[in-house]
Amino acid sequence: MPRSLATAFTKFLLLAISSFALLVGSSARAGETPAPDAVAIALRTLAKNDPDKGPAAISALAATGSERARLALEALDAGKLKFDPEGQAFIVDDEKVTDALTGAPVAAPAKLDAPLGNNALRRALRPALAQLRLKSDDRDVRLAAATDLAKGASEELLDAMQSALDGEKDHQVAKLLRLSVAQLELDSKDKDRRLRAFATLKEDGDISHKGLLEPMLTQDSSGAYREPDAEIRAAAKSAIVAIDRRVSLINVVANLFYGISLGSVLLLAALGLAITFGLMKVINMAHGEMLMIGAYTTFVVQNFFNSSLPKLADYYLVAAVPAAFIVSGLVGLALERGVVRHLYGRPLETLLATWGISLLLIQSVRMIFGAQNVAVSNPSWLSGGWELMPTVVLPYSRLWIIAFTLVVVGFVWFLLRRTRLGLYVRAVTQNREMAGSLGIPTDKIDMWTFALGSAVAGLGGVAISQLGNVGPELGQGYIVDSFMVVVLGGVGNIIGTISGAMGLGLINKFLEPVAGAVFGKIVVLVLIILFIQKRPQGLFALRGRAAEL
Amino acid sequence: MEVLKAHWLQIHGRKGWLAVGITFLVLTVLLPTLNAGLAEDSALRVPDYLITLLGKFMCFGIVALAIDLIWGFTGILSLGHGVFFALGGYAIGMHMMRSMAGEGVYKSDLPDFMVFLDWKELPWFWHGFDSFGFAVAMALIVPGLLAFVFGFFAFRSRISGVYFSIITQALTFAFMLGFFRNETGLGGNNGLTDFKRLYGYTLADPSTKLGLYVLSSAALVATYLLSRYLITGRAGRLLRAIRDHEGKVRFSGYSPLKFKLFVWTLSAVLCGLAGALYVPQVGIINPSEMRPANSIEMAIWVAVGGRATLLGAPIGALLINGSKSWFTASFPDYWLYFLGALFIIVTLYFPSGVVGTVQNYWARRKPAATLPPSSGAPSSGAPSADVTAEAPTTEAAGA
Repeated sequence: MPRSLATAFTKFLLLAISSFALLVGSSARAGETPAPDAVAIALRTLAKNDPDKGPAAISALAATGSERARLALEALDAGKLKFDPEGQAFIVDDEKVTDALTGAPVAAPAKLDAPLGNNALRRALRPALAQLRLKSDDRDVRLAAATDLAKGASEELLDAMQSALDGEKDHQVAKLLRLSVAQLELDSKDKDRRLRAFATLKEDGDISHKGLLEPMLTQDSSGAYREPDAEIRAAAKSAIVAIDRRVSLINVVANLFYGISLGSVLLLAALGLAITFGLMKVINMAHGEMLMIGAYTTFVVQNFFNSSLPKLADYYLVAAVPAAFIVSGLVGLALERGVVRHLYGRPLETLLATWGISLLLIQSVRMIFGAQNVAVSNPSWLSGGWELMPTVVLPYSRLWIIAFTLVVVGFVWFLLRRTRLGLYVRAVTQNREMAGSLGIPTDKIDMWTFALGSAVAGLGGVAISQLGNVGPELGQGYIVDSFMVVVLGGVGNIIGTISGAMGLGLINKFLEPVAGAVFGKIVVLVLIILFIQKRPQGLFALRGRAAEL
Repeated sequence: MEVLKAHWLQIHGRKGWLAVGITFLVLTVLLPTLNAGLAEDSALRVPDYLITLLGKFMCFGIVALAIDLIWGFTGILSLGHGVFFALGGYAIGMHMMRSMAGEGVYKSDLPDFMVFLDWKELPWFWHGFDSFGFAVAMALIVPGLLAFVFGFFAFRSRISGVYFSIITQALTFAFMLGFFRNETGLGGNNGLTDFKRLYGYTLADPSTKLGLYVLSSAALVATYLLSRYLITGRAGRLLRAIRDHEGKVRFSGYSPLKFKLFVWTLSAVLCGLAGALYVPQVGIINPSEMRPANSIEMAIWVAVGGRATLLGAPIGALLINGSKSWFTASFPDYWLYFLGALFIIVTLYFPSGVVGTVQNYWARRKPAATLPPSSGAPSSGAPSADVTAEAPTTEAAGA
């Protein structure tokens, strides 16, 4: 995904800049770093471009373990380390030139040359850099280095990793290092080391390590194992079993998470539908378009922030949430006043009329914003994710949506259960005539409830805009699913809708790996059609007279 | 079923039969003559493209009649009739694919898309479609069977109203998703296309197109007569009773399940027939035919024409599809506005549709008492008048 790449790059830049700042600040305590002159000497040696002494100079730099040596070597690796004719080293980053020794920004000298690279130099550079990075005081630098190494380290880094591992305090970095070391030691000549490596993989290995272990258990054409030692084979086998168990556990957790996340979106989409259906017994086919309007409102707010308040652009969502609530709510209000209220008692006609409205809304949006999808970007605090395992990342945006759904559901619950409007809504849902004759203004209640339902869908639109494409037909993709939630959960109570949405989300996500996304969906629809045979009023049917629709 | 009996000739009065006969002749004799019988440059000539267009509209008319039976007369709104239509179309499409085995791009005995997917043999459900008769039978049986099974379960558990509507929508949605998959073995996204001939006639031939048009027109008139027969009998009154108050029908000792299931299945079979006639004329069938939006549009044909008028259904289909052809050619951006506005205006202000509104107007001009019972011409047969007009007949038939 280019966007995440871009953010990763920005993060890297930020990191680089902040470490520069750190360096400038810490140049005062240069005396603390061991052998400050060693860095200067080694850099001077490098400047001489002597092919025999270059690797030694790099090793000497690595041995200093200092932050400045690391930055100098990183610059060398990136081709940014330059020397002037006197052998003074500079780091040239675009226009900015800094003295490699002091880290202070300086005016660019007239003539700068890059050191001559050769293979010996490059071979020495990798382990030296790894060693320096792993010794860095900055945890993020160490973590990045360890992550890099975990993707595949070469033999000559083994010692550097081993020594770094001994001093490592951070749990995550240590784990990554242990895994890298174990990977290298799998083929070691020392049997004890190999067994230790298997134990490490058994403890922490993931799916990528399985590929290293499995070949050991294969037999060649004559029936002999590729790995002759039975003890090693047993260790490999038990490591594979442990990895498999862990992977399937993590998959369950990931499915659970994605199921709940999908369920949250469905819940936001269906909550308003369930309330209005319970109250007025009408199906609002334009409900999906309220999601779409919410998403487009987010888009407009984002653009407004980008052009008028660029400093706050990262927090546009804070404004988008109330904006979407109000815009969708107003559209819903107009819809109820203009069309739906004239069709009471004729639910099937309402269905068709609201479908007509959805066509009008879709076409209007298409003509205003164009038929193409528009770009709604995640704010920086929502990009990235929580890494459960290298293969399983839970995006922050989805975590945020789950939390957001909780808040919205809490808000609706509060409205329905703790306010006078909610009391009226529940009364009218149970028995419209009786409520009316007790003086409840059913007409006004219908109006406000319809507006509320639409407004909640608008909030759903904000959430959906953070997950995927925003286009004129966004709502159409959710409408069938939201109906299914209502069918599953029954009408007129929040618990039913929550169970329906979560059930649908979880079933979908757990079926996906088994049956494929599309087939899983078909299975779900068939299940619902069968389910409704047994419980025509949904999971949580209203009891008593209200049940006789 | 005893209640289904009515006297064939009594479904229309003398004027009514005359009108049906004239319509039939205009559609199947006059228009084809004006097309094939006149020289290319004649001013009166009906152009070929119009014949194809009308042929499609005839198929839509059959669909509209089928929906009027189940929605207008029985009160069950289906938002999934597109699936029955498409299944009928797929059945005939499969036959046309089989009939051109070896003539595809890959010169294989298998349809092109199967060669493309590297399949080695025909899936089991493709067997038999080499035969034209089998394919036609399947075009009617498969939609009928699906409707019967689905309807049996749905009606048995008394799913009704909007619940039924959204479940049918889920049905067509599920089928659409299923047919989009290549593994389903029906061409996936692209569906079935590039047909060459049907029953030995080359599809590209204008005469074949004319023939298909005539066939569709005849099928439309036949469907109309069948529907008329059904609703003028005692069954028709029962269906209306179910629509107006199902509970009372049940209390009177009838089982609404049987009648609903019968009409529902019949409606699906008619849609399958329409689909089978439609696909050879347009030359393609793909899963987008099953989009929920398509099925909803079908319902609006009937609403515009006038529910429970029978005559209104094909008229509505003709009006809307005619304007769709015109709009999408002249003002493509505004078609959805027009359609959307139509949905709203018709449901809000003309709940009885075009034909219903005209009928009401006539009924108001001529007080009902002076209406002679035998003048059951389509243009004056308001549902209430129908019932009184046919009452003696059906009672005689029932006894």
